[in-house]
Amino acid sequence: MTALAAARRGPGLRDAVRAEWTKFRTVRGWLVALVLAVGLLVLFSYLQAHGKHTGYCTGPGPGDCVNGHPYVPDGPGGEAVADAYELASRPLTGDGTITARITSLTGRIWAGASNEAPSLSDTRPGLAGWSKAGLLITPSTRQGAAYAAVMATGRHGVRFQYDYTHDQPGLSGLPSAGAARWLRLTRAGDTITAYDSRDGTSWHRIGDARLSGLPRTVRVGLFATSPNTYGGRASRATAAFDHIALRPSGGSGTAGVTASWRATSTGIGPRDFYTALGRGDVRRRGGSIIVSGSGDMAPAVAGAGADTASDSLLFGLVVAMIVLIVVATMFATSEYRRGLILTTLAATPRRGRVLLAKAGVIGAAGFAVGAVASAVAVPFAEQVMRANGNYIYPTTPLTIARVIAGCGLLVALCAVAVLGIGTILRRSPVAILAGVVLFVLPAFTGPGVLGGPGGGGGAATWLYTVTPAAGFSVLGLMPRSRLVSFPYTMGNGYYPLAPWAGLLVLCLFVAGSLGAAAIVLGRRDA
Amino acid sequence: MSAAVAAEWTKLRTLGEMWWLAAGVIAVAIAASAGMLATTHVSPGAPGPGPDPTKLALTGIDLAQAVVAVIAVLAVTEEYGTGMIRVSLAAIPRREAILAAKALTIAVLTLAVAVPAVAGCLAAGRLLLPGAGIDPAQGDPLVTLGAGATMRAALGTVLYLALIALLSVGLGAIVRDTAVAAGTVLGLLYLPPLLALLLTGPWKRHLEQIAPMTAGLAIETTRHLGASPDTPWVGLGVLAAWAAGALVGGGVVLRVRDA
Repeated sequence: MTALAAARRGPGLRDAVRAEWTKFRTVRGWLVALVLAVGLLVLFSYLQAHGKHTGYCTGPGPGDCVNGHPYVPDGPGGEAVADAYELASRPLTGDGTITARITSLTGRIWAGASNEAPSLSDTRPGLAGWSKAGLLITPSTRQGAAYAAVMATGRHGVRFQYDYTHDQPGLSGLPSAGAARWLRLTRAGDTITAYDSRDGTSWHRIGDARLSGLPRTVRVGLFATSPNTYGGRASRATAAFDHIALRPSGGSGTAGVTASWRATSTGIGPRDFYTALGRGDVRRRGGSIIVSGSGDMAPAVAGAGADTASDSLLFGLVVAMIVLIVVATMFATSEYRRGLILTTLAATPRRGRVLLAKAGVIGAAGFAVGAVASAVAVPFAEQVMRANGNYIYPTTPLTIARVIAGCGLLVALCAVAVLGIGTILRRSPVAILAGVVLFVLPAFTGPGVLGGPGGGGGAATWLYTVTPAAGFSVLGLMPRSRLVSFPYTMGNGYYPLAPWAGLLVLCLFVAGSLGAAAIVLGRRDA
Repeated sequence: MSAAVAAEWTKLRTLGEMWWLAAGVIAVAIAASAGMLATTHVSPGAPGPGPDPTKLALTGIDLAQAVVAVIAVLAVTEEYGTGMIRVSLAAIPRREAILAAKALTIAVLTLAVAVPAVAGCLAAGRLLLPGAGIDPAQGDPLVTLGAGATMRAALGTVLYLALIALLSVGLGAIVRDTAVAAGTVLGLLYLPPLLALLLTGPWKRHLEQIAPMTAGLAIETTRHLGASPDTPWVGLGVLAAWAAGALVGGGVVLRVRDA
């Protein structure tokens, strides 16, 4: 009885997988194709990396140009940051508190042609959303140093920010003569606490930050900076501070407005990447100190003219996917061509199981191709791009592992989707056509390909959101931050979906294709 | 020869998905053109050279050529898949005649499909381009067959599709397997322009001058002819050379090889 039932059930999934694997590995052409796909992916990654150059010229002659990129500092967390600002500071040894009232925050925005270097000669009044001015504590004014700052901003009210990525809101509104904002930073050991107030008597604590390894003597002072606007125009902010008091915890020697505050401009040298509007400056007028500055203290997003470690992969992936599309189609349709499908279905009567086994085998082959090839190509192409003078956004090994696994999954899912289409149609060419149209043609509109602010417009965004091409989001490595107002669009190198979301969209298509194939295979005469 | 053509025509028209695919060429071309134009918007006074309305209207051809290629590949390789080729060769021992008859029937079928496809794309351009901000008010010409350059682009694009079909027939005869042949043709068409996106300078230009798709599509250009990789007819000539090379190669291997 049980033997009969077992016989009716047919062999288990493991046997079905083993059968399909045997069919796959005994066609020498397919194995050669897989090796070829790996080789092509690496080769085209190299070509793509090789074609990317960044350089600068020191003179008009042909020998005056060298490979190299502007300097992009790394923040305390290892991420790329923008760190350009004007600071009027004094040393503070040990614990202490700095307090100041900010009575105005105004700015200028570059109004000249977008292809010219911004200068103060042609500006209009206005602030960027993240123009900022306030109090700052930092171990040094070196770019990328740790810091904590409480500040008024152009459109986001009072904020407490530290180490470029952390942000907590305080009072809302822009400071003005009628609605001045009081700010305070307190240092106790490694802990910095931020406060704000409307009147200087009732204080509200915004939050605190631990800056580990803070030296005993730090720089403390008043800063101003102003980032590029959403439209990409450089800006410059000017803030007026009064009621300034820097008080060490020992109690003696409070420094006020008449003390000597040292002015420092950070991050606006000729080799620094951030586009600043004019030079910053610090002036004293009556009981006020007025600080003007341009730049940003935030994560560096695209616009640093930078590449990511995955930037060289797109084209090679597309080539490898064409090979896998052909192999997956043949894996599905050659059974019909040779009549082997009758034997297969006789041996494994549960037809869904056959399909699942086939999907497993071709999926594993696709994953191996995508993962192995990108594991070779990513570090190799990164070397080539660096040697060509390109800046590559810093990544962690975990992120690289994510990209490699993502490439494997992308190729695997593409192969499984095409296998489903091939099983439904039983014939090769239309399945290949569908695979190429769905997975290869979107690369023509990929991020950065069309270039320019309008590039990769609405159609491309749509393509990479709701079609299988969404799976290419696994290549997305460009950093984004809500602390930087920037068009995170395809034209600027940003995929519309997060990597996992893009893979999920692709998975839905694969599920649809395999599900339809299972239904058709189950109902149809083989 | 007329018997060979009649035989090939019978085989072609009775191929399972042939009429679906033929209708697909027209539908894909017009739908892709219309879809692209409906989502395009050019703001007035945008920098750079003005758009080429005829070339924009014919965008759908970039996609429809894939269907043409698949039809042509199928017409050749399915004979190998089913073993029919042995019967064909027994019936008509002059092997080049079979390939020539195949090429002729597929070219005629492609021409017949390409005319409504190109006409539909141009009509979509005429209707949709003004809505995309490309109209006489901005100094851009309307798409009209009355203009000599547009007429040349329209006729040339019909010929382009026929040449793509001939190229596919030749490659199909060389490769013989449907899947590999389809992959090869589509790769040959779409990979060079992708690669060209990554290159700069003379390499990019040379690649675009000799690749079948980028060279052949120069025939669509009606404005800024200097920016195109080849002059229109030279470009189409490059594609014709590809097609001729593939057909000759296919003829030679068909003659010398065991079927």
